[in-house]
Amino acid sequence: MIEVPDLSLAALAPLLLVLGAACVGVLVEAFVPREARQPVQVALALVGTVGALVATLLLAAGDRDHEVTAGGALAVDGAALFLQATVAGLGALSVLLFAERSLDPARSAFVASAAVPAGSPRDRELMTDTRVQTEVYPLATFAVGGMMLFVAANDLLVMFVALEVLSLPLYLISGMARRRRLLSQEAAVKYFLLGAFASAFFLYGLALVYGATGSVRLRDIREAGLEGGGDVLLVLGLGLLVVGLLFKASVAPFHTWTPDVYQGAPTPVTAFMAACTKVAAFGAILRLLYVAFGTAEWTWRPLVYAVAIASMVVGAVLGLTQTDLKRMLAYSSIAHAGFLLTGVLGLGSGGEGSGLAATMFYLLTYGLTTLGAFAVLTLVRDGDGEATHLSQWAGLGARSPLTAALMSLFLLALAGIPLTAGFTGKFAVFRAAIEQGAWPLALVALLASAVAAFFYLRVIVLMYFSEPVPDGATVGVPGTPTTIVLAVTATATLALGILPGAVLDLAEQAAIFVG
Amino acid sequence: MTISYYLVLAAILFTIGAVGVLVRRNAIVVFMCIELMLNSVNLTLVTFARAGGTVDGQIMAFFVMVVAAAEVVIGLAIIMSIYRTRRSASVDDANLLKY
Repeated sequence: MIEVPDLSLAALAPLLLVLGAACVGVLVEAFVPREARQPVQVALALVGTVGALVATLLLAAGDRDHEVTAGGALAVDGAALFLQATVAGLGALSVLLFAERSLDPARSAFVASAAVPAGSPRDRELMTDTRVQTEVYPLATFAVGGMMLFVAANDLLVMFVALEVLSLPLYLISGMARRRRLLSQEAAVKYFLLGAFASAFFLYGLALVYGATGSVRLRDIREAGLEGGGDVLLVLGLGLLVVGLLFKASVAPFHTWTPDVYQGAPTPVTAFMAACTKVAAFGAILRLLYVAFGTAEWTWRPLVYAVAIASMVVGAVLGLTQTDLKRMLAYSSIAHAGFLLTGVLGLGSGGEGSGLAATMFYLLTYGLTTLGAFAVLTLVRDGDGEATHLSQWAGLGARSPLTAALMSLFLLALAGIPLTAGFTGKFAVFRAAIEQGAWPLALVALLASAVAAFFYLRVIVLMYFSEPVPDGATVGVPGTPTTIVLAVTATATLALGILPGAVLDLAEQAAIFVG
Repeated sequence: MTISYYLVLAAILFTIGAVGVLVRRNAIVVFMCIELMLNSVNLTLVTFARAGGTVDGQIMAFFVMVVAAAEVVIGLAIIMSIYRTRRSASVDDANLLKY
């Protein structure tokens, strides 16, 4: 006799909305005439993501949170709801970036037909065609659904399925740039091969943990860890699981794919990956380390300590040598992954300390800021698409003061200058780490921030204090979608820097894991 | 029959796969090595399920197969698209993005 598992539809509503919208999107692709697809798909993706955002907020406001549902496979607790809301909100903003039609002369950042070989006569024909690709919207919506499942997974198997649901669409859409298609396809191959390699490690870790504990439920693993202690299979399994997750979070030394994929992928997709994947990966890392292995801290704390330092140093130092803005922001994201791990270490074994709330707040601020920075990148263009080389940005302040001001705001926030969201986030994670006695880590983080500030400020100096180059980039006039994204991210970056109190309180109240 | 033979075999297969990913040059062969890693995981799961006297591990092996099938679809699509452009599936030829 098979028992029907308990299923709380209310707690699952955000997930059902997003994944439902994605499934309907696939049908739209098959049955709606080509001319009508773009508006329908954009509307559908927005309904899914914004609907999920509203649903998570309603769930958090009600008294139904903190429950384990779907037969124990999903934990819809405060932390899951906060991160799901963050992913859904950032996902909606990314969909708006995808939908931008007035910047590229060909009306879209995505290739008209990804199956046509790059450089062939048919491809050149399609290059100037105004036909747009709409498959990216359901794919991105599936990825958002996977990310929202990832942060709520209470079971290693669900975590693995969610990891794949979020990764597979990302591999595809990073290869769909309209311009510089060879770079884009190369990015997709690299991301796919390395991503599949990392998920194989995650999966082997899952198998070993299953062998050691007889279960893949996080709570059972915690209990087995209490009894067994240093079982070698369990420790080995934990190590492999963490490798798989750190890869997704682009933490050094598992970061090598990041600069290539960030540079090659279409810029709206890079923005989506940088903001949302980071949130999802860190949500899963926090849940795995504290719910399943919170009682075996001595096994992973030194490891996480070491990779946090490596990530901050690699990101900050290699960021200095970059001449391409997208690559520079990729190294910045590696450094930020290190700062985020500082916050992960700021959570005590019993769940005391402000590490969880600080990390969640940092994820929100980092996601908004980096999304804004990539949105500005889509505006500055030359004849061959986006102008991402640093030299092309010289003297932009004189030519387009507003664009330069926005970019400066986002770069200052990434550098962590006071009165921007980046400062509040960094302050919160460093304080959490120091409270847990990890002050050497906080010290390294401060030094790395200082080094990283140099390459952010270099761009600002270049924009304002250099002579414009004669054949420099032009600044496109954004349509409504990009304008909305820029307005929201810039406002939030300033608001979370000046008055972070309300959101910090919200993160603190939400900082609860149920097992 | 002791179960450790199966576990050791699975570990060897996983290692062969991992080393293959690192040293082989053809994207298709690299991808096959990743599939080998996934299948060694399946062997591990089924062995542990047998040892524990439950069917959980066998069910998980089915999940892995389904996900691997989805991965094949995506992976071959991406490798095909780059092959049709460059007439080569070597990961060494894909070298536009660096530093």
